[in-house]
Order: sequence, then structure tokens, then C-alpha cells
Amino acid sequence: MYDVYKIRKQFPMLTNNIKMQNKPLTFLDNCSTTFKPQCVIDAMNEYYTKYTSNSHRGDYDLSVNADTKIEEARKEIASLVNSEVNEVVFTTGATGALNLVAYGYGLKYLKKGDEIILSVAEHASNVLPWFRIAELTGATIKYVEIVNGRILAENLRKVISNKTKIVSLAHVGNVLGYVADIKEFAKIAHEYGAIMVCDGAQSVPHIKTDFKDLDVDFLAFSAHKMCGPTGVGALVGKYELLQKMDPFTTGGGMNSVFKKDGTVDYRLPPYKFEAGTLDVAGIIGFGRAVKFIKEIGIDNIHKHDQELIDYALEKLKDYKDIIIYNKDARNGILTFNIKGVFPQDEATLMNYKGIAIRSGEHCAKLLDNYLDTKATCRMSTYLYTTKEEIDVFVDAIINGGDILDAYFN
Amino acid sequence: MPTLTNDMMRSIIMDHYSDPQNKHQPPKEGYEKVHMHSDNCIDDLDIFLLVKDNIIVDACFDGTACTISTSSTDIMCDLLRGKEINEGRKIIDAFFKMMHEEEFDADLLDEAIVFINTSKQAARIRCATIGWNAAEEILKDK
Repeated sequence: MYDVYKIRKQFPMLTNNIKMQNKPLTFLDNCSTTFKPQCVIDAMNEYYTKYTSNSHRGDYDLSVNADTKIEEARKEIASLVNSEVNEVVFTTGATGALNLVAYGYGLKYLKKGDEIILSVAEHASNVLPWFRIAELTGATIKYVEIVNGRILAENLRKVISNKTKIVSLAHVGNVLGYVADIKEFAKIAHEYGAIMVCDGAQSVPHIKTDFKDLDVDFLAFSAHKMCGPTGVGALVGKYELLQKMDPFTTGGGMNSVFKKDGTVDYRLPPYKFEAGTLDVAGIIGFGRAVKFIKEIGIDNIHKHDQELIDYALEKLKDYKDIIIYNKDARNGILTFNIKGVFPQDEATLMNYKGIAIRSGEHCAKLLDNYLDTKATCRMSTYLYTTKEEIDVFVDAIINGGDILDAYFN
Repeated sequence: MPTLTNDMMRSIIMDHYSDPQNKHQPPKEGYEKVHMHSDNCIDDLDIFLLVKDNIIVDACFDGTACTISTSSTDIMCDLLRGKEINEGRKIIDAFFKMMHEEEFDADLLDEAIVFINTSKQAARIRCATIGWNAAEEILKDK
């Protein structure tokens, strides 16, 4: 039995009577980031209060302890996404992971005339690194057409060719929340000898994301969107590709030998990509967050997200002034506009009522032409969101009052 | 200036949002332009000032913006039109002071006083000031 109230008790942000605009906080911007349970905070604090030391450095017990904890976190993450443990590279987040593939693999193997396939719904972090690589190598960017918010395999087939070297797409889009058939896309990419990069920032926290089953070559995601700390994430990559790939940053901890004549022996992946002192506390928190997610069960989380969106849709079904762009996504994301109201103004009104939602382009600045609107409001749930919070949200939509109430009450 | 009630302030903001008289492309050559866009929201505006012989002869703007930024920029254009550059700078400075809850000369701001509550909605300060930042930029080197 999924007991959301019991789950909430573990989150200080939900039990500390946090207020916004002097009203109880209703946090519905979980696509942006998520709250952290006490166990994650404690795990990180323990590193700072009980066994602080550098990893991969010391010959003493404390340092070995930090190493052990990092490797435990790596195991947790590998088990969540079903990869080998040595296929998990720690990064600064999904952005760091996508940049690592772009510079480590793309820059090494792409040349003039090669093609990279993206979609217009991609987040900036899965667009801009590829723009840079295209600029540096002379490769060109192609886009898969989006139909009703979705990327279809048949449309990927329309743009892919033997020139395609990389296909990089989100598993779940951060604006509309549709789940893409990444497994099929990977199959198509491989038919053409291209590699498949999957931006899992919005999928790994919400739905089962099986690295081996999807057969993608790289999978990128962030800890902070799944109850973990900010500033840490992972790139999961097929081991043979990680071996071929160049490091993006070099320095301590990632080499085994280097000499005056410039020769260097790098360590094996994943360590080859983890130069410098890692965010040890962050990685430990990441591992603990993944354990927390696994204890609740990713399928239960997904079901909970779906139920909340269904509930919101049911409550809003007779309200004529709302335009919903993704009614059938049911994946914890509701993207909408209120007729005649500028999205930012709606978000300000929500803020005034203590509700956190996001308005704007949600970092997917190529998408506006396809939605027939430049910007939208986005409400997003997570494992601790309650129906009562959806009630507060729906009430604000329907009985929201004037957008200037926020300024004059 | 007379004291404005909340309802009066609301209707001034809404008037300047629903029918912004200064929201258009410049009617002729010679205007200086600054483009402003916000990283976090979609405010995306061009601000145009026509400055001649130490006078801000005209001000207008065009683009996409929310209620607060549209209305605030429209009012700013009214206020700056016909002013000497130094006067214009003083008005802009007073507006920024109001935004940050510092002491300011309310007489200089006229209708722009309606944005006095913006500091309650911290996330919207950048909306209220976007046009003003652009005008300040244009006048900077005069």
C-alpha cells in the first residue's frame, strides 16, 4: 500500500511548515528539482562528521571508508538502471554527463559531413553540447519531427541515414512528459551504425529505465531530480564505448602513469572520467537517494504520478479556460495555459497562493513553434505529492482571481 | 500627486497592459535600440529611444512580455518622453530604488508608483525593471 503521508514524514521540506507568501508551501515543480529525505541528508552529513577524507588517495582507513561508500553508491545506481557497476561514471549531473559524451565521444569520432539527430523538444543540455560539437567538427544537426508532442520511430527513420553518427533524445520530455520509445530508437540508430544517447533526466526518477533492455549506448541523469543532492549525476555508458571515449577533464585520480615526454596511461573506465576530487558527499547522497527510490519502488512512483495527473485532469475537465497540452502523457507533468493569461502571470498568481509551478519555455527553446504558444505553465508531481496539493492547485486555477491579486492583497 | 488606491493602481497596470500606447516599432529612423531578454522567463523586448540635443524625444518598445513588464515599460516610455537625459536618469534611478525598497522620490515616478508592491513578488522584479534596464543602458554613455 502506497502511503504518501508516511513518505512525506521523511522530508524536512514537507514537515518544517515551510511557507511561501505566508501560505503553506505546495511544491509542484518537481521536474525542476525534488526535496531530499532525511536519510539522504544524514548520509551526506555522516561523511562530513564521521569519515571525511579524500577518495582514491589515502593509505589509511578513513580514506578506504570513503572509497567504499562511493563504490556502494555506484552499485546502487547500476542496480537501479540495470547496468554493470563499472559502466557508471559520476558527473556533475545530466548536463555534465551529456557534455562528457559530446566532448569525449562526439569530438573524437565525428567529422565533417556526419550528422547528429536531435528533436526540437530537447532540453538545452541535450542541444547546446551538440551545437558545439557540430561547430568544432563540421558535423550537422538534424531534427526528428514531433507529432502531437511525441517522437515517432517512423519519423526518426525519415531523417536517419548512413551519415548519422549520433542520435540523442530524451526518454521523457521535460515540457510535455511523453515517454519516447527509446528502445526502438536505439534499434534504428544501431541499424545505421549510429550510437544512441538517452537523456534520462526526467525518466530515471519516474519510470523504469533499463539500460540493458533499452540497449542505448549512453544514459545521462541527475541525482537532484530523484531526491538526491544537487551537483551530482551519472553517465552510464556501454563499457566498450567508455573504453574508446576520451576523458573530458584530466587530472588527479584518473591516471596511473604520466611522464615528462607527455605519455600518459589513463585508468580504466569509469575512473578515467572522474578527474579531481569528487563530490564525495554528493555521491554518497546520490546512492542513498537511489536506495530510497528502490525501497518505494519505481513502478509505484510512476503509478502515483499517473494517479495524481488523472485526478487533476478529472477535476479540471469541465473548466473551459484551461488549455492542456499533454492530457494523455500522464507521467507526472501537466503542461497548460489559462486562456488570455500570460504564463508568467499565472505562475506569479500561484506563487502568491504558496504554489510553486514553472512558467516559460522550460529550457526547450526550440519547441515553441510546435506548441502554438511561446510559453506554458508546467505543474509536476513526485512521490510525495498528495491529492490535497492537487486540490490546492486546481482551486487556484479555477478560483484564482485576478493576476494582480499577487501585488495588491 | 494624489494618493492612489489599490484599485486605481490595478486599473492603471491593466490599462497599460491591455492597450500599451508605446508598444510599436519606431515610426522613423534614428532611434537607438537595446534588446532585452530574460534567461528564466520569456520576456523578449526591444526598447527604442530617440535622443537628440540632450532630450529624450521619444521612447517606444516592442516584443513579447508579461503583464508587469509590458505595463511597466509602457509607463516608462510615457515618463521619459520629452525629458532631459539627466532627468531621465533620475527617474530611472528612483524606479530602481523603489524596486529595492530604498528611499526614493515618488514625485519623479508619477504613474510608475503603481509598481511599488513588486518587491512582494521578488521573482517579478526583473519583469518590472526589464525596460528600465534597457533605457539606462542607452542613456549610459550620453
